[in-house]
Amino acid sequence: MTGYIHSKESFGTVDGPGIRYVLFMQGCPMRCLYCHNPDTWETGKGTAITAEEVIEEIKSNKAFYQKGGITVSGGEPLLQLEFITELFRKCKEENIHTCIDTSGITFKEDEEYLEKLDILLGFTDLVMLDIKHINSESHKALTGHKNENVLRLAKYLEEKNIPLWVRHVVVEGYTDKKDDLIKLGEFIGKLKNLKGLDVLPYHTMGVNKYKEMGIPYKLEGVPALSKEDARKAKEYILYGIKKARQI
Amino acid sequence: MIVIQKYDGWKGFESGTWTKEINVRSFIKHNFTPYDGNEAFLVGPTKATLDLWDQVMELTKQEREAGGVLDMDTRVISTITSHGPGYLNKDLEKIVGLQTDKPLKRALMPYGGIRMAEKACKDNGYEIDPEIKEFFTTHRKTHNAGVFDAYTPEMRACRSSHIITGLPDAYGRGRIIGDYRRVALYGVDRLIEDKMEQKETTRSAMYSQVIQEREELSEQIRALEDLKKMALSYGFDISHPARDTKEAIQWLYFGYLAAVKEQNGAAMSLGRTSTFLDIYAERDLKNGVYTEEELQEMIDHFIMKLRLIKFARTPEYNALFSGDPQWVTESIGGMAIDGRHMVTKMSYRYLHTLENLGAAPEPNLTVLWSTNLPENFKRYCARISIETSSVQYENDDLMRFHHGDDYAIACCVSSMKVGKEMQFFGARANLAKCLLYAINGGVDEISGKQIAPKYRPITSEYLDYAEVMEKYDAMMEWLAGVYVNTLNIIHYMHDKYCYEKIQMALHDKKVTRWFATGIAGLSVVADSLSAIKYAKVKTIRNENGIVVDYEVEGDFPKYGNDDDLVDNIAYDIVHRFMTHIKKNHTYRDGIPTTSILTITSNVVYGKNTGATPDGRKKGEAFAPGANPMHRRDTKGAVSSLASVAKLPFVDAQDGISNTFSIIPGALGKDDRIFAGDIAIDLDCCSSGACTSPTLFEGLDAE
Repeated sequence: MTGYIHSKESFGTVDGPGIRYVLFMQGCPMRCLYCHNPDTWETGKGTAITAEEVIEEIKSNKAFYQKGGITVSGGEPLLQLEFITELFRKCKEENIHTCIDTSGITFKEDEEYLEKLDILLGFTDLVMLDIKHINSESHKALTGHKNENVLRLAKYLEEKNIPLWVRHVVVEGYTDKKDDLIKLGEFIGKLKNLKGLDVLPYHTMGVNKYKEMGIPYKLEGVPALSKEDARKAKEYILYGIKKARQI
Repeated sequence: MIVIQKYDGWKGFESGTWTKEINVRSFIKHNFTPYDGNEAFLVGPTKATLDLWDQVMELTKQEREAGGVLDMDTRVISTITSHGPGYLNKDLEKIVGLQTDKPLKRALMPYGGIRMAEKACKDNGYEIDPEIKEFFTTHRKTHNAGVFDAYTPEMRACRSSHIITGLPDAYGRGRIIGDYRRVALYGVDRLIEDKMEQKETTRSAMYSQVIQEREELSEQIRALEDLKKMALSYGFDISHPARDTKEAIQWLYFGYLAAVKEQNGAAMSLGRTSTFLDIYAERDLKNGVYTEEELQEMIDHFIMKLRLIKFARTPEYNALFSGDPQWVTESIGGMAIDGRHMVTKMSYRYLHTLENLGAAPEPNLTVLWSTNLPENFKRYCARISIETSSVQYENDDLMRFHHGDDYAIACCVSSMKVGKEMQFFGARANLAKCLLYAINGGVDEISGKQIAPKYRPITSEYLDYAEVMEKYDAMMEWLAGVYVNTLNIIHYMHDKYCYEKIQMALHDKKVTRWFATGIAGLSVVADSLSAIKYAKVKTIRNENGIVVDYEVEGDFPKYGNDDDLVDNIAYDIVHRFMTHIKKNHTYRDGIPTTSILTITSNVVYGKNTGATPDGRKKGEAFAPGANPMHRRDTKGAVSSLASVAKLPFVDAQDGISNTFSIIPGALGKDDRIFAGDIAIDLDCCSSGACTSPTLFEGLDAE
């Protein structure tokens, strides 16, 4: 079976635990204003790749990935659910740690879909769920979609007891409001499968790609978030988590 | 345990082969104590250390302000005993000894070549004494003069066309590591006794090798006598073994100091001394002779001295080696053959100098890394690396297999058994240029001169892989021949006119000599051949029919992406070249080896090489060492490393380098923002444990 990727990184150190082989899948339904990979949006493009090829590459450099594994990112990896399922099945045969980095937007509570998703989750060691905004309207303004599916996926993963890291990109003026951050913390604090929180400070390194692709960049002029502000945002979310857990 | 009575200094040590013969490895094996704990025992600098270091910083500042050199000898020729004692501050220094009579004053060493010595002075604003110049021009021949007397016209042509570059024919070859530990463990008298015995037992038929051997042994014995005299001028009698840690460090340092007084070599490495010295420190701690503060202070002062080692050099030399490096390499850690790791408290103390004195490139502290090193030590190394960027790592698991557990690194990667193996340093051959010679029938693409033999050139418009390979192989065979023979001359003359007396005195009688060669431009060659094989390469000729440029049509697999199609080409080239090298006679039965590590001179090599079939333009820099060409690796670091890892280490035992720099953010998360996988059970966060130091702390300091 063939998957379509935008690119791969053999030395990924920021997308999950340890050193990871990262596949950036092609295609994404979201149009996040701050997206730094607009070249992964379009579906039906990308480089074809098979699960066997990926496994071969990982195996030949296994020493590097002993404490890491594979991460499928994107784009939105869950758009290629079948491919990832096959890939992860083979990974587990080789005892490779598997991680999905997703926006959760493709989640639906349709029986046929859940059946497929369950199979994939059976081969998944970690999900990194990127919750773009806790407020559904703001989520829509930011990404073009409301967030109900995203939050439902979070709860579904809790039900299935899949270890979860929550990622949250903090952009000045969009996602840095104290109340929203605490609310996000309260929501994820209730999830029993939560294992990590990854606050991602907004950066402007993707801007050039927009220029190259001739797409207007909607966050023109918004500054990159400082480390200090990112740390503050983390503290707010942690505060929310504590509140939810009544610590 | 047998307590040895022979010398005071040996009291309490377990005996072994080392008590009967000169054998430092045996001493270490029987006496060292592996340390599994963490760095908590380490102590900060003493007041004396800080005061001395301030003084060094002030001197370094003055040196910078003076344009790079503070003072130079222009009259006194440096020998082991040429200078009286020199100090920073006699009252504060626990370990003493300077190369000349003043700190940072550079010594005059004309034996490698008088012109180089003269130029080094001149370029720094000094004039050597005319009498010295006259003497070394007319009455005493130098290494450099000897070499040029023997060079053939072909060798000269190769040198000036830069197909062979960086040859140690006008400067000290370096790369030899004396076993300076022997001075501490045995005392100089015992070493002299041993050398006398060696001299008495040479063969009696006077073949030239035997004559050379006898002459060299006499020189070695004289150097050892001089070593004693030099130490005595500082008030130390080192004829007997060191009796405690302070003496052991001092004795060892005197041995090293004698070497850097005598030789201005490209790479004057220290060896593998930390675990050796730890044996003395453990004994002294046990007997209450010294405290941890005192031990660290001695090491701090010792390392400080090593940071003061300097040589007189020319701007061209500095350009070739990117700066003014001494390569005082010290190898730390590693595993013993019996399975124990060799990390000791002293390994920590050495690295800790980077905290006590601050970061510095010299001495070049090199951790012999094994996956089996204790976790505590790995963590400590990682932290020190992050904080100081001053630690080098090398693969012990790979090298131990070939060199055992008492080898050290000379320069940056050349591994050799201490006191048992030495290396004839051999710079490098430019394999990219060699490919162009194959295409152009031996005509240099830049000068238009016939340099190599007039083999038939390629006349077709498009390059054919099989044809190119056939011609390339023949041209490599020619190059290997000239190259090895050039080196034969160089090392013959170096032994004759600029012999490393004290360093060789601290070696066994029977020394294994590695005959080092080197390769430049490997990734250019691999990509060029890949382009010829998998794309179409069109030749562009000048009015004389010489190919001066290439047009590549289509894409081709590029080295550095873990792609066997091209990685196998790189492997094949290294293996072929090595095979050709091995066909040649080598001076003193040197065992040929090669390295792929133009870490700094890749720019110079590129500058002197015309356009290549991979699309690289004339004069464009090569990639350093075995690195992929800049921006041609597109799949990330692991794939890039995997390509390099496929090269045959058996052929390139002198080292393969892959230089890569990485921005801190690409190495992992900043823990102040990231709370991942440390389990968000919130007690830990509220107590601040999430922001406690971990491997990744400090990564912001870009």
